[in-house]
Amino acid sequence: MTTTQAAPAATASAPAPTGRPAVRLTTRLVSLTSSGLVQVVLIVAAVAWLVPTVGLLVSSLRPKQLGATGGWWTALTRPAQLTLQNYTALLGGGDVPKALWNTVLISVPATLLTVALAAGAGYAFAWLRFPGRDGIFLGVVGLLVVPVQVGLIPVARLEGAVGLFGTIPGVVLFHVGYGLPFAVFLMRNHFLEIPAEILEAARMDGCGEWRIFRTLALPLAAPAVASLCIFQFLWVWNDMLVALIFAGNDSQPLTVYLQSQMRQFGSNMDILAPGAFLSLLVPVVVFLCFQRFFVQGAMAGSVK
Amino acid sequence: MSLRSPRRGQASGGALRRHRGLALLLVLPALLLLGALVVYPIGYSVARSLFDASGHRFVGLDNYGAAFTDHATLTAARNNAIWVAVAPALVTAVGLVFAVLTEKVRWATAFKLLVFMPMAISFLAAGIIFRTVYDADPHRGVLNAAAVAVHDTFDDQPSYPGARPRPGVGLDRVGSGDVTAPAATHVVLLPLVGVQPDTLPAGARTARRPDAGDGVSGTVFLDFVPGGGGHPGQLGPGKQGLPGIEVQLRDGGRTIATTTTADDGTFRFAAAPSATTTLVLPAADFAAPYRGVDWLGPALVTPAIIGAYIWIWAGFAMVIIAGGLANLPRETIEAARIDGAGEWQIFRRITVPQLAPVLGVVFITMVINVMKIFDLVYIIAPGPVQQDAGVLALRLYLVSFGGGNDQGLGSALSVLLLLLVVPVMLLNVRRFRGSRA
Repeated sequence: MTTTQAAPAATASAPAPTGRPAVRLTTRLVSLTSSGLVQVVLIVAAVAWLVPTVGLLVSSLRPKQLGATGGWWTALTRPAQLTLQNYTALLGGGDVPKALWNTVLISVPATLLTVALAAGAGYAFAWLRFPGRDGIFLGVVGLLVVPVQVGLIPVARLEGAVGLFGTIPGVVLFHVGYGLPFAVFLMRNHFLEIPAEILEAARMDGCGEWRIFRTLALPLAAPAVASLCIFQFLWVWNDMLVALIFAGNDSQPLTVYLQSQMRQFGSNMDILAPGAFLSLLVPVVVFLCFQRFFVQGAMAGSVK
Repeated sequence: MSLRSPRRGQASGGALRRHRGLALLLVLPALLLLGALVVYPIGYSVARSLFDASGHRFVGLDNYGAAFTDHATLTAARNNAIWVAVAPALVTAVGLVFAVLTEKVRWATAFKLLVFMPMAISFLAAGIIFRTVYDADPHRGVLNAAAVAVHDTFDDQPSYPGARPRPGVGLDRVGSGDVTAPAATHVVLLPLVGVQPDTLPAGARTARRPDAGDGVSGTVFLDFVPGGGGHPGQLGPGKQGLPGIEVQLRDGGRTIATTTTADDGTFRFAAAPSATTTLVLPAADFAAPYRGVDWLGPALVTPAIIGAYIWIWAGFAMVIIAGGLANLPRETIEAARIDGAGEWQIFRRITVPQLAPVLGVVFITMVINVMKIFDLVYIIAPGPVQQDAGVLALRLYLVSFGGGNDQGLGSALSVLLLLLVVPVMLLNVRRFRGSRA
């Protein structure tokens, strides 16, 4: 994200090195007006991208009774109306703290399990030999694009038979299953980038394969593990569809709770706006802290 | 991407066997889960789609037939087609424009951060955000607030919805909604009632009898004194003039002059009164004020949701394309620039063709993504128009879990959804095999 900014800024304003002075002047004028236009277009786009989220934040800070008197933008001229009371009411008790906690209880294990299983399998697919290895991996590549919708009915039935349907482990299990193809694919590709000589040298020194995996390969693939953690965590944290079906009343995450509030949309902005903002706060903080890994993951994931 | 380390062959047989044990230990958990949760469901869905809702009666391909005849499912299929035809191309185009433009400004990093951020948040949160943005009420939805503000800047004619002529004083309301009065005298009073107090402009002043002249003049006023009093149809203290009303003078159906009332409700024409002329207040004077666009109505709901989708994914496209752009050889572009090529020519003939592989990856990623679109539609489309906005994944959910309770039809829909991504699946496998060879 930070790599593409320095050089081009210079080329836009610098005139072409050849040509008579008059030509240079017009070129310069054209490039000046066009760069002005570029600025305007990007500023308009930036505003369009910013306003919806700012609107949600401001709405979440306005008392419910003001909702009828005017839009959130009236708060920009009268900031005195802003208050944290919606948040204190929401977090003070009731369903939201529990739903938020359920979201954590689903996201964290689903992320750790997926990454752990994928790291092991990825290493085996990259560096260990076992019968059918390449064919099986090709199958994993094929599973990359299977939509989660295909699993909803069969897995619901399967989990119902073993009593997992409607529980947090049931939701976690589904996410692990549908996170694995991409996770295994990503890990295997990253393990393959480790030079064979390094692993061979460790082997010559008498290192067992398990130790090579744990102490050598895994640390070398740390950036991939990080991107994978972030992606899987965000995927599960943001999921609504899977939890809508697989979570019960006691295990519903924040997204499902908020979805159940959509029926009264308009009259309950004091719940929906702060609730939605709480649910997007964690992903945005994760995004801002780890944007480098996020971009790498997005690049790698563009085959998914 | 080579699959084998060259010296693997030297490992002893014992080591290999131990490797094999470890390999199975590492691979088996993942494979078992994949088998039970992804592979088995594919087979189960295919089989289940051949049975009826109860799951006991074999119905062959009837569920697929139902999927292609059921009205709601057809609407969903049509909407899915619109999504696939429009959204990936738009996302890629917007991402390309952003990627190219940000190369020319100093605050590129901030811009990219801002536009990329929506990708991190859930469809649910984005859905709630855009449900609010698209709210039809200009006092709640920012888009309609902006639309109304822009509209009123260009057309600030006050309008008096609900206003009607005082009965029994010679004013008439014709079928088109125009209010008419004969212009047979020099001064014509046009008393209206039923004006809502909040539509009265701030500048309105007490109604006044116009100065007599050669032409037709008159006053349009609110024939109502707050608190009571006054004589119906006549001017008096407390009666407000209605400013900004368009008044036409017609002669035998032909408009010969048009004017607008002043703050005290008066107006004046140069033409003299006659038996054939009439004064007309056109229906537009009484039209409801502009309230913006019904974004989430049946007609616009899908384009509106696609707009929200672009907001979410354009940043992804931008970042991937910017990455590709950074890797392009600069020499060609510099050479073209020295040869006098314009920026647009460079963009069209050099940048875009060189970026084609990256654009293709972004486009295909978006196509796969769009086929499965669910959350955004489910959240943004209000209940009454949900069927108009329906997509296959939403239909699948509603049919199997959201009250429809027909998992036979649901399975058929999930098989159709899977078939849609099979080409990409084969492409992935082929590309992977190719890269390995």
